[in-house]
Formats: sequence, C-alpha cells, structure tokens
Amino acid sequence: MRYTKLEVGFLNMADTGILESLLRLVDKVDGGIDSQVVASSLGVDHQVVVGAVKSVQALGEVIEAEQRSSKHWELTGEGQEIAEQGSHEARVFKAIPEEGLSQSQLMKLPSGKVGFSKAMSNKWIHLDKGHEGGPRVFRMVESIEDVVRKKLQQVQMGHSSQLEEKEKNELKKRKLLTEVTVKSYWITKGSNFSTIITKQETELTPEMIASGSWKEKKFKPYNFDAMGVAPDSGHLHPLMKVRTQFRQIFLEMGFTEMPTNNFIESSFWNFDSLFQPQQHPARDQHDTFFLSDPAVAHDFPQDYLERVKKVHSEGGYGSQGYKYDWKIEEAQKNILRTHTTAVSARMLYKLAQQEEFTPVKYFSIDRVFRNETLDATHLAEFHQIEGVVADYGLTLGDLMGVLHQFFTKLGITKLRFKPAYNPYTEPSMEVFSYHKGLNKWVEVGNSGVFRPEMLLPMGLPEGVSVIAWGLSLERPTMIKYGINNIRELVGHKVNLQMVYDSPVCRLDS
Amino acid sequence: MPTVSVKRDLLFQALGRTFTDEEFDELCFEFGLELDEITSEKDIISREQGDQKASEASDVVLYKIDVPANRYDLLCLEGLVRGLQVFKDKMEAPRYSRVNPLNGDPQRLIITGETASVRPHAVAAVLRNITFTPERYDSFIELQEKLHQNICRRRTLVAIGTHDLDTISGPFTYTAKAPDDIRFKPLNQNQEYSATQLMGFYKTDSHLRHYLHIIEDEPLYPVIYDSNGIVLSMPPIINGDHSKISVNTKNVFIECTATDLTKAKIVLDMIVTMFSEHCDQPFTVEEAEVVYPDGRMVTYPVCIYLCMLLRLCICTVLISSESIAQLLTRMCLKSEVTSDGAEIQVEIPPTRSDVIHACDIMEDAAMAYGFNNITRTTPRTYTVANQFPLNKLTELLRLDLATAGFTEALTFALCSQEDIADKLQKNLKDTKAVHISNPKTAEFQVARTTLLPGLLKTLAANRKMPLPLKLFEISDVVLRDESTDVGARNSRRLCAVYYNKTPGFEVIHGLLDRVMQLLEVKPGRNHGYYIQAAEDSTYFPGRCAEIFSHGKSIGRLGVLHPDVINSFELTMPCSALDIDIEPFL
Repeated sequence: MRYTKLEVGFLNMADTGILESLLRLVDKVDGGIDSQVVASSLGVDHQVVVGAVKSVQALGEVIEAEQRSSKHWELTGEGQEIAEQGSHEARVFKAIPEEGLSQSQLMKLPSGKVGFSKAMSNKWIHLDKGHEGGPRVFRMVESIEDVVRKKLQQVQMGHSSQLEEKEKNELKKRKLLTEVTVKSYWITKGSNFSTIITKQETELTPEMIASGSWKEKKFKPYNFDAMGVAPDSGHLHPLMKVRTQFRQIFLEMGFTEMPTNNFIESSFWNFDSLFQPQQHPARDQHDTFFLSDPAVAHDFPQDYLERVKKVHSEGGYGSQGYKYDWKIEEAQKNILRTHTTAVSARMLYKLAQQEEFTPVKYFSIDRVFRNETLDATHLAEFHQIEGVVADYGLTLGDLMGVLHQFFTKLGITKLRFKPAYNPYTEPSMEVFSYHKGLNKWVEVGNSGVFRPEMLLPMGLPEGVSVIAWGLSLERPTMIKYGINNIRELVGHKVNLQMVYDSPVCRLDS
Repeated sequence: MPTVSVKRDLLFQALGRTFTDEEFDELCFEFGLELDEITSEKDIISREQGDQKASEASDVVLYKIDVPANRYDLLCLEGLVRGLQVFKDKMEAPRYSRVNPLNGDPQRLIITGETASVRPHAVAAVLRNITFTPERYDSFIELQEKLHQNICRRRTLVAIGTHDLDTISGPFTYTAKAPDDIRFKPLNQNQEYSATQLMGFYKTDSHLRHYLHIIEDEPLYPVIYDSNGIVLSMPPIINGDHSKISVNTKNVFIECTATDLTKAKIVLDMIVTMFSEHCDQPFTVEEAEVVYPDGRMVTYPVCIYLCMLLRLCICTVLISSESIAQLLTRMCLKSEVTSDGAEIQVEIPPTRSDVIHACDIMEDAAMAYGFNNITRTTPRTYTVANQFPLNKLTELLRLDLATAGFTEALTFALCSQEDIADKLQKNLKDTKAVHISNPKTAEFQVARTTLLPGLLKTLAANRKMPLPLKLFEISDVVLRDESTDVGARNSRRLCAVYYNKTPGFEVIHGLLDRVMQLLEVKPGRNHGYYIQAAEDSTYFPGRCAEIFSHGKSIGRLGVLHPDVINSFELTMPCSALDIDIEPFL
C-alpha cells in the first residue's frame, strides 16, 4: 500500500465527474485558472477541488498545479447574520412603529444597543427625551437603504473586489468581515493534457490475469523510495546467534561438545582437581558464589581424591606440591561453577578411566558465575567458551597452531602470545590480537597446557599432554554488535528492538 | 594480579638505560609482565581527591606494572630490575647465601606451646649492615605490604615484622597471651595500650581494621618479646614502636609468624633475597635459629638452591640442550647439560618459589626463547565431532520457535527468592531451589527454578514495544536432587509467553501443538500428548492445564493470574507455556 499514493484510493466513479468538469474548465481558459475560481464556478467547496487536483496529478502529466496562497475576505458569524437578517441599525429602524417606541423597550431588543446608536448617527431615528411616560424613539425618515447588509452580501457572493479597501476595513473593524489566507492551486495544462480521465490501476488482480484485461490497463507507478512492510516474524537473540557460530566452528574443527548442564559444582571439581590450592583468592567469598543448600557434595571417587590431596599437600608426579594442610571440608563446599573447566576436569578424569587412552578434542560454551562487582562489562554470570585437546606429545607450538586455526575462523589472523600465570596451566599464555580500530593489541583469550599435577592424579598416561583455551562469549558479541553496556545484551533489561534488528552473525566477515 | 608501582627514572637508572614507553611495554610483554598504567602521584591524587589536593604532590613519572600472581620475586624494584637485567643478559644472577654471624652466635627465636592454638609457626633472619636510602626504605616497606596482600592472603597465612636489631636483644620469645596481659606502645603511637584496648582502637583504622578478625575472637593473642620483655610485635596486627626501623637502621631482624609454614619460609626468603643486595656483603643473609616447643631447633632462612633434572623429551621447543640451558640461565635458573647430554641440571634459586615442577622450568625456557618465536604446528589428533544431544535438540527447537514468530530472550540463571516464589504465588519451600550463601544483593539469592520470571521481567522492561509481545527461552533451571553428587541438577526448559490485550490462550496452546508436532508427538492419551485442567496458583483459576506426554507430566500452560501480572509490573493479560524438554531426547 505504501508504494502508491493514498489519494488514488479515494478515486471513484462519483468523483470522476468533478475531475472531468475541472479538466474542461482548465481546457477553456488560457494560461491557467485558480482552484478557488474553479470551486466557485462549479459551486463546490474548495477542498473538493483540491482533492480533485491531487487525484488528477496522480494520473501523470495531465495537469500541472502550482501551489499559491491568496488572501480573501470572508464574513464572520455576526457578518453572516447581518447578511441574512439585516444590520442592527436597520433592524432597530424596522422595529419602531409609527407611534414610536419607548427607549427602554427598544434597548431590550437583541440589536437594540448597537442598532440604536448607529441608527441615531445615520439620522434614521430621533429620541424624544421629554415624552410623557419616559424617553421615546421615533422614525426620522420614511425608508432606509441597508448599505452594510448589501456590502456583506456582495462579499458573501465572492464579489469582495467590488468594495473599496476603506469599506472593507471598516467592516473588519466592526468584526463583520475577516481577511483569510487561502492556499490554492494555479492549474495549467500538463504535457499529457486530456479532458477524459483514464483510471490507472493500483495493483494487478486475479481478475485481470484471468480476463487478460491487464493488457489494456494503465498501472500507477510505484514509489520505490518507501520502506517495505516488516515481516511478521520471531527473532533469535544475538548472543545465542554468536554461540551457534562458535559451536559451528568447533564442530568444523572436529571438537566434541561436553555436557555442561550442571551449574552447581563442588569445589573439588571446580578447584582442587585443577591443582588450585585451597587458599587461592579465587576460592574467596568475594569471588565465588557458595551454596547454603545443598551446602556440600558427596560421592567423590575416593582413590582419585586421595591422589589430589597428596599432590596438593605433599607433591608427587615430579612436583613439590603446595605443601599445606589439604582439607576435605574445603573440597566438599558446593558452589556455582566459576568456569566450565570444572566440566573439562570431569571429562578428562572420565577419559583416564578408559581401558585404553584415546585422543580427544572437547569444547563447551555455557554459563559460569562470579560473585564480582558489576559494571558495564561485567555481570555475575557470563558464557565461557572452552576448547580442550588431549593427545600424546602435544606441544606449545601445537597449542598456538590450534589457536591460530580457531581465531582464523573468527576472522582474526594476527595473533601473539604473552606469558601469563594460571594455577592449572603451565605454560600459560594470554592470546592477543591486533585490533585495527584501536590500533593496538587487545587480549582475546587465555590458553595453556594443563599441569601434570592436574593430569597425572586423574590417571592419564604420562606422555599425554592436554592443551586448552578459553574466552568469553559476551565480549566478541559486544564487539560484533557494537554494544557498550552488557545489560543491554544479556538479561531481562535487553532492548527487544535491538534483538529484532540484529543482523545475521558471520564471525569471519 | 598484583600491581607494582615504580618510579620510572629510578627503574631506568637501575636498568642502566632509558626506554620509550613503547619499548618498555614490549619488554614487559616478552617477560610476562604488563605495563598497566603510566601515571604520577599527582595524577593519582588529582583523580581521587581533585586537582587542589594534588597541587603539592610529586609529578615524578610512575610505571604501574602488573606482575603474575606467583612471581613474588618481582614485587619490588630490586627484584624487577634483577629479573630484567638477567633476562636481557646484562648481568649474571646473583648467588644468595646464608651466613653465620661474625660472633658465631645466631639470633634465636623461641616458640612457646601457647601459640599452637592461634598461629603456630614462626621463622626469622637478620639483614646485617644494610644501607637504606629513602627510596630503598620505601621499597622495603612496600614489598612487605605487597607480600601481605598476596601470598600472605591479607596476613591470614603469614605476617611479617621487621625490627631495628640494635634496639632489642635476643633471645626472642614468640608466645601467646590473654589480650589483657599484653601491654605495649604500638608503632607510631605515644602511649601504651593493652591488646584489648588496641583492638578497639584500631576498629576505625582504615588499614588495620581489615586484619583484626584474624585473632579477635581468640582467647590468646600472639606476641613476640625480646629478652628484656620489650614487645617486638603482636602479629598479625601491629609492631611495637620501640623496635621500629628507619632509614638509618643498620641491622634488621625479620620475623614471620604464620598459620602456613611453607608460605612463611617463602616470604622470608623473598625479603632477604630482595634486600640483601643493600648489605655490606651483598646477597648474604645472617641466619637465625628457631626453637620449637618440643625443643627441636631449625635454622632460617631456608635460602637454598634446589636441583631439578630436566629430561629433554618433554621439551616443547626443538632446539639444542645447550641452548635451552642458556635460555634458562637467563631466567635466573642456572642450568648445565649433564655429561651424557640427555638431561639438563637446573638450579632453582630461593627467589623462584613458583617453580615446583619441570613444566615450570620449561615455561621459562619458552619465555626466554620467546613464545612468539616458536613455530606454530598443527596437532595430528584425529577425532570425529559430536554434539551434546540436549544442546543439539535445543538448537533445533530454538530455530523453529523463532520461525513460529516468537522472539528469543536470554535471562539470568540467578534471581531473588521473591522472583521464583512470592511473585508467582508459590511457596519457596515447594520450589526445590538451591540457595546461595553469600549473595551481594537479592538478585543472586537462588538459582532459578523456572524460566517464567525472567521472561516476565523481559516483558516489563519492554512495555513500550508494540503488542503483541511473543517471547521464548530454552535454557537450564536448577533443582535440588539428592541423587547427584552435588545434590542438585540442571533441567532444560522451554518457556514461552504471549502478552497482548487479550490473553491469547489459543496462541500459546497453538505453540504447544506446534512444538509437539516438531517433536513428533501426536495428540492422544496413551502414546501422544494431551492437556488436562489443573489448579496452579500462578495461573488464573480455570485457565490452566497440565501437559502430559506419553502419560508423564511435562509442564503447564495457561493464562497467568492477574496478581502475578501485577507483581511483575505488567498491565496486560498474558498466557504462558512452560515445559521440560529433556523427556524428548
């Protein structure tokens, strides 16, 4: 509907008469005609003519219409009353009989006050103040000519030009006339002028197709500058669209998805199994959400737990250990997992229980929780993306090679690595990529080789190394979709318009 | 990650050259440090307290450098310079040694049995003939503070006391006494207080109040006396004023009391290795004896070099063993290839407590080689990818729900108790929710047990959007479950809401029919799905039905109760669908 002009919708058979009358008038005059004149010649309201002009314009180059504004005189409400019933003074004159009328009675007439003084100054009537029974008014002349009414009637008939400016201004002063500005059109013939209307069709109809009548019809041109109608559809959330792409990348690289549907984790799997000491600041109340119900976990693989305890408190597997008093009570504490690496630990332990080791590539993208101070880029929960490869003889070069392949799929090809510290990986590397917009290296992820103190107690064979990396899902999404405040992306305060408007997600372009 | 702040010019002077900011940043990057900020005291004060207060402050350029959390040897200018100089081959790593005092009688610290209940460990050492300058003195104090904040875990594990040895006389006694029995003049105060008074006095101290809790409720407080009964310190709170050190102090007695002996040894080693540089005999530290309640005597600091053998098969860099030995030497890990060439013998200095396994050594070799000089390779690991079936089903359903005209929301897994109970007109006890013990605000009291509150809050935040609003989410809720090791499990739910001027039960019912069609479940009583009128306080009476699939209840749908609509600050009728999708795996 928005492609064709609305006015055409009003075009019907009844209107066609007006259109053709208009065109005949335009045909008769040389050099053009004002729409006001058309209205008075056809005896219709000016607005009807304006509508007709627009309808004809919509048909193509039949006419040209130039908008003008003109001033003209119009009767006020009081002026109209006078044009119909006569001026106040004339009405006063008529009300006075031969024998005169008492002044008090005259004043009670609707036109009394104004009419009396005007008729007095016109010398149509006189006042006998000393008359017995009170002041009395008498006619002074036989007959009068009601000039005011006549002038107003002239204006009413559209002949205001016959009056002098002075006269019109006087009537304006009496609030009988007012000058109004009227927008009108100066109508001239167009290049395709014709006095016959050929109706243009707006749309192709099934009937036209059936009858073949479309061949004879003229079709109204479309307005291609208009926007289309938005399709009635549902939308996927942008963060989830990015998640889908990351899943896709991992699957393309042959990685198997880990079951991360366990937000509640024991400190044992979240920290201890990763060789993260029990006094580590990450295990503090300020960083981690602990549970009050259910507060503790049970059923740990007992022999594995003993090996974990030993490597923390005494060392072993070539390690000095942390040499502190490892407590089961700390390990049992239930928390909201602080990283999906807790699941990687469970998966690697499970892998180690296999009769024979088989190489694996794992990934996961799921929620993790931190009891952190919230700001524009940090929430208490976010999505962690994690990749893990376990095989014999993997090297640091392999880790960098896999990261290079992974980030290339994200459209990031320029990488460099910074030594870092992480309790469960050694070496640990922060991954930086060159950001062209910011003109500097920015951190895009973390990576490392899992420590032997983590892998060997699980029972993995000695020659097996495990390389891993992680990043957040929110950060690349915020960069991708240009979002500065994380609350506009994640959580209930999301702006649904942003969800509706978000484009498809291609990470490599 | 601790941040060390050093004066740039002092740093460059010690490094023997100047750098541009970019050059220094690059050097940091290679060495695993991060030049976090370039600032000055003036900048810092003006940012925190306004320009006026800053007018008098120094505008000497400060480098704020982020140091890895396990590298305590880089927490002061002395250690940082030493590490970088050795790394850049500008100097050889110094050789730290523990020596006997010239008179042959080491200082002695006697631990009494009373300490066992509160803070059982102590270690000690002496820095003899040290020369402080104002900068060195500041650095010495700053290092103690950095150690306190990091490895000492805010003094809970270890507390350090440093004293002017010339003002006190050994042997020293480390004991524990009732708070009222301890009286002394604390550091920088003019009068004596009892320990009980001090704990009250420091309640308002912006710095010390954070440590009071460590001993506050103990019947006995730790305290160290000299042979004349002078209080050296009341760890981990405050030192005595009598033995305080100054720029002019020549001989420093260092004691560390601890609940973790391993950490105490490391902390002591750090202090003495860092500052023995300024002693008349550089890099030597005078030993002290610690006598335990059982009569056992141990000499500190440990200050020993550990030997590790590195087998070359685990090397990640394919270069010669000689080169690796050279690289390690540049990381302060003196190394030699063994005579048979198969192994490298590595000496771990007392400064490198972070090295606990051969893999730590290999990381240093890789750092010295340069991570970015290592050839990137592709592992040959051959694997076939698999999706997690639950996530695969979720992905497929999400797409089809959007195709059905519903828009995906993404709401928080944590919420308030009110959200899952009161606001839904449910009893909290019936929710099977897991509870968080340390939420900072009510928003994090529980893990959600249903996706509905999140969707309703999303509606509330988007009331200005044109109606109808049709939202869905497929995600996990958390329920208590005794059968798992942690006592809780996730449950994957599909929830959808329709919000409009009319309730639209038929819309949400139609969505259920569509979902069932997608899941290949036909309408029917026995092997299909059906809905059946149900009572549920969240829903409007008579407008709620329970959904059964293969004879098992999988969720509910209905028109929400007006009170529920109000409690989420909504104004229009709303219908909802809430089902468990795990039965369809």
